[in-house]
Amino acid sequence: MYPRWLWQGFALPGVVWLILLFIIPFYAVTAVAFGQVNPTLLTPEPVWNPLHWNVGWMSEALGRLRPGGDLWVVVVRTCEYVVVSVGMCIAIGYPVAYYIARHATRTKSLLLILLILPLWISYLMRMLAWVNLLAPDGYVNRFLMWSHVISTPYGWLDGRPITVIFALIYGYIPFFILPLYASLDRIDKSFLEAARDLGASPVRTFLHVTLPLSKTGILGGCVLVALPMFGDYYTPNIVSGAPTTSMVGNQIDLYFHYTSQPTIGAALTLIMSVFLVVLMAYYMVTVARATKEQQA
Amino acid sequence: MTTTTPAPPPTATPAPRPSAGRRIRSWLANPWGRPRFLVLITWSYMIWAIVPVLIAVQYSFNDSRSRTIWAGFSTRWYISDPSSVINDPTLSSALQQSLKLAAADVIIATPIGVLLALGLARWRGRGSGTSNFIMLFPLVTPEIVMGVSLLLVFTNLFTFIHTGTFAQILGHVTFSISYVVVIVRGRLFSIGRQYEEAAADLGASPPVALVKVLLPLLTPAIVAGAAICFAISIDDFVISYWLSSGGNTTTVPMAIYAATRAAPLPSTNAIATILSLITLASVILGYVGYRVFTRGERQAGQGMVGDMAAFDI
Repeated sequence: MYPRWLWQGFALPGVVWLILLFIIPFYAVTAVAFGQVNPTLLTPEPVWNPLHWNVGWMSEALGRLRPGGDLWVVVVRTCEYVVVSVGMCIAIGYPVAYYIARHATRTKSLLLILLILPLWISYLMRMLAWVNLLAPDGYVNRFLMWSHVISTPYGWLDGRPITVIFALIYGYIPFFILPLYASLDRIDKSFLEAARDLGASPVRTFLHVTLPLSKTGILGGCVLVALPMFGDYYTPNIVSGAPTTSMVGNQIDLYFHYTSQPTIGAALTLIMSVFLVVLMAYYMVTVARATKEQQA
Repeated sequence: MTTTTPAPPPTATPAPRPSAGRRIRSWLANPWGRPRFLVLITWSYMIWAIVPVLIAVQYSFNDSRSRTIWAGFSTRWYISDPSSVINDPTLSSALQQSLKLAAADVIIATPIGVLLALGLARWRGRGSGTSNFIMLFPLVTPEIVMGVSLLLVFTNLFTFIHTGTFAQILGHVTFSISYVVVIVRGRLFSIGRQYEEAAADLGASPPVALVKVLLPLLTPAIVAGAAICFAISIDDFVISYWLSSGGNTTTVPMAIYAATRAAPLPSTNAIATILSLITLASVILGYVGYRVFTRGERQAGQGMVGDMAAFDI
């Protein structure tokens, strides 16, 4: 009933906006990473034509990220932090999502609101809350000293990896639980009854019915928290600030804002994006396969 | 499920204090019983997630300069102290900048996002698949990548745009559009086409069907989309940080970030509290708007919570 050009016309402003301010900017990162640096001003000179790309800066960045390079330790550290944090998100988040989806009855709405609430409290505010609690005379140290676990205040904020990992978990776990909750909530309860009626033990029912059916939810949650964690730099800066807890994002921030070497920064951003696109592609392939299996 | 709860199956050995292993087995064993272990974890998680923030709010009302030792209730960090939110020029200008960016974001991103959602949902043909794909990318791109790329494009290609307020607005709109699209598109799919077709059968011309039938049906999603734009723009730290030109373009999250790295005063807690209240108010307003405009529809209200819960993937 509507002319076809109408819908295309409706989509036009948004598509143009995203091309101009999302696609082209990303190409600008590529052009800077494969570009030259002005020898006197030390400003980046992007090369827009792929035929004239200069791979020098890119190979320098890759060399430094490789085992043996000076940034290798940062790469390993970033992966360690992300893997441990995501693992802890699963360990804490799965029981919570499982309980709300399966067992909560009267308290379900309240729990859902509490679950969504942290998403709408500023991330920086939640980090600030822990900076206050973990201060030398903060509640955490006071509690630990009162219970005689420690005798002098522990410097939680003095560049401790455990604090950074803790902050990452605290910051991102709501984003993990929500998609997982959605996928657990969708599971048809008759599957579980069928498994139990057919004599499967509870553990077997969980391992062979619930867990596989929530696999896409777990993966979705992992992707949703792991991608931003890889690019995070503000969390380690807020709760530690020490170079010993610096992540890849901190290096990018450093090259742009402190040492003015945007070319290396752009190369690092590009490498990180390629890595994340691979992760994303793996997730999408897995989800597509799982959807096909469930339909079959 | 809520009304008929079958009696828990009899346990083989009703020991008074079952071991941890058996308790874990028993909550797995009974999918409809009361799993105390899970209750404990869930409520501990909720307390862990919420209480630290409440303590931070409490200390914004502290009567001393400490953020860790309570010295009585006072509103000095909001209104009276020289470095309170009102009197400290850095904090008050940050609040203004945050509100300015969020308002501009809502005004620009909502219409673009609504039109894009309509276009993508109804446009079948060449280019629609690609556009759909492009639309999803800002949702999963780490903010630092968007920040770096916008900074580089403004300093190297679109050099007529300088870093500062205008660049920050462009950045906020870029990541907000997709959120509006996802919410509006979900609503479009759930209302289907039958109302417009009925209107056309009854003689409405396409523009009339669009404005008098589709637009009112979309209003709840538009309100929700605008509220979420406002909330994510207010909360954004990374894009504002990468596109700021210092000084007047500092937003509240940037001010909190700078303060936590220096020596924060309770006024930092105060401005963080104000920020969170504004965000919560906008989300609640959006939710109430959604409920009001979907009055009388079955399962209204679940729609937006569902959209909000699912819109990130």
